[in-house]
Amino acid sequence: MKHLIPEFMAMRRRLPEGFEPSLVLPCLRRIQEDRGHVADEDIDGLAAWLGVPRIQIEEVLSFYTQFRRAPVGRWHVQACRNLSCSMRGAEGVIAHLERRLGIETGQTTPDGRYTLSTVECLGSCGTAPVVMVNETYHEDMSPERLDALLESLSR
Amino acid sequence: MSGTKLIMNFEVTPTSHGLADYRARGGYATLEKVLREMRPEEVTKEVAASGILGHGGAAFPAGRKWGVIRLNDGIPHYLCSNADEGEPGTFKDRWILEHAPHLLIESMAITAFALQVRHAFIYIRGEFDLPWRRIAGAVEEAYAAGWLGDRIAGTDFSLDLIVYRGAGSYVCGEASGLLTSLEGRKGYPRNRPPRLTVRGLYQRPTVINNVETLANVTGIVRDGAAAFRKIGTAKSPGTQLISISGHVQRPGVYEVEYGYPFAKFIREDCGGVLGGLGLKCVVPGGISTKVLTAADIEPLTLDHASVAAAGSGLGSGGMVVVAEGTCMVRFLQVLVRFYHHESCGQCTPCREGMGWMHRIIDRIVEGGGRPEDLDQLVAISRMNDGTTICGMGDAAGYATIGILAKYRDEFEYWVANKRSKLAGNLEGTVHA
Repeated sequence: MKHLIPEFMAMRRRLPEGFEPSLVLPCLRRIQEDRGHVADEDIDGLAAWLGVPRIQIEEVLSFYTQFRRAPVGRWHVQACRNLSCSMRGAEGVIAHLERRLGIETGQTTPDGRYTLSTVECLGSCGTAPVVMVNETYHEDMSPERLDALLESLSR
Repeated sequence: MSGTKLIMNFEVTPTSHGLADYRARGGYATLEKVLREMRPEEVTKEVAASGILGHGGAAFPAGRKWGVIRLNDGIPHYLCSNADEGEPGTFKDRWILEHAPHLLIESMAITAFALQVRHAFIYIRGEFDLPWRRIAGAVEEAYAAGWLGDRIAGTDFSLDLIVYRGAGSYVCGEASGLLTSLEGRKGYPRNRPPRLTVRGLYQRPTVINNVETLANVTGIVRDGAAAFRKIGTAKSPGTQLISISGHVQRPGVYEVEYGYPFAKFIREDCGGVLGGLGLKCVVPGGISTKVLTAADIEPLTLDHASVAAAGSGLGSGGMVVVAEGTCMVRFLQVLVRFYHHESCGQCTPCREGMGWMHRIIDRIVEGGGRPEDLDQLVAISRMNDGTTICGMGDAAGYATIGILAKYRDEFEYWVANKRSKLAGNLEGTVHA
């Protein structure tokens, strides 16, 4: 994470004095974006740089659903299964993804290209069902649109 | 049409969210006028006089919240916009973040001036990508144009606005959990008192308002409280952004003047139930509010008093339309699974209770339900009510009690027959 310290300094620029602990979340987000997950050495490095206890960083990592301690596939496909998405066909979307990718929810394809997860409400209920691939929302999903999406990711 | 538009009052184009278009619509003129001509107390007085209620779900008067802040007390105050929109069924703040980010920024600058805040925050949920890029981009535009930063518009007022991204947690939408998260920790809510307006972010007085509440501030200050009060009802002045989803013909975000007829809104404005089916029930304001049947909503109007009188609430404006044929056992299963997943684990009744409820509802669906399970679900819901630090456990209970009260026969049928009384899915007959 050391090479990211100049970026962390820039994040601190607008924060009030004494707000260094607030950098835990943004720094972890940036580390994960860089490495794909958060490794032990990142925790040690960040705890030392911010001067916060290591346990605080561990707690944050285990509390928030978006943080990962292990790598995921090149494409992390997350299908919403909350109320509005379920009412518009999320179960079919998840089953279709499992079939097409040949894995169950929670698994990664053997070639390391896809990880499939389910998530709770993504705030995209009006365009349900929604699937999030890495950072991007893909809305109004249907089996046909899922096929087109997977096709575009496989290129 | 659902009345006056205060927020969604411009045409959305590929550039309408940017600074140039916002300036062309009169943007930042109110901020400049406030900074040059008004005193902070006058701004707060105007917002209090408008009677605007918070749009995050609890409908607390914004002016009263602001009134707790003591100007010139020598300690820093903070302002935070709650953009951690996560109540299932709710996606209205996302519209503001994506399409009107400068309206939020201008409103926050006016609010910060009123509360004598030097640093303000927008806490946005971690999953929101486009909304984050839009608001973060708008903040940079505002800095570059001198609407944020040092000595705004050549006055003595300076403000830094920091966009802070969450990382996936429902409970961080609760104001005290949000602040704990903003302090770089797991988002445990805090006991009150002290109120957050007394001891909030890093123990300093902090005002947290919902995105939509803040977005209204510019208009209230520009046109005056009296003009605002002419819109909506006496007890719920103004408008509400309603995000509607589920089995509805035209889902999306609608701006509705308070007092607009409930059933007419669904039937006419939103095109009615998907596929022309009958209406079974409606979740009026996010899944934590009690469901209302088609008969319940017929006499109601879309304002807080009317929906509350029917035993529910307009909450966060997250409306979910449910068609006839939808299985309410599976419906409750989705809700309880969600609450169990999101319980932060700090308070025993919620941490344990959500798990119990989840296991019971799963057992019923798997065919192992017992007749006493239904009373057990109600008993656990009641046990949670008022015994936890935040309102999440209460909310899960309200939703559960609401569904069981109205659709108990469907649960009894499933327990007795080990299958749904209906098609057994949440798509109802819509996709059959």
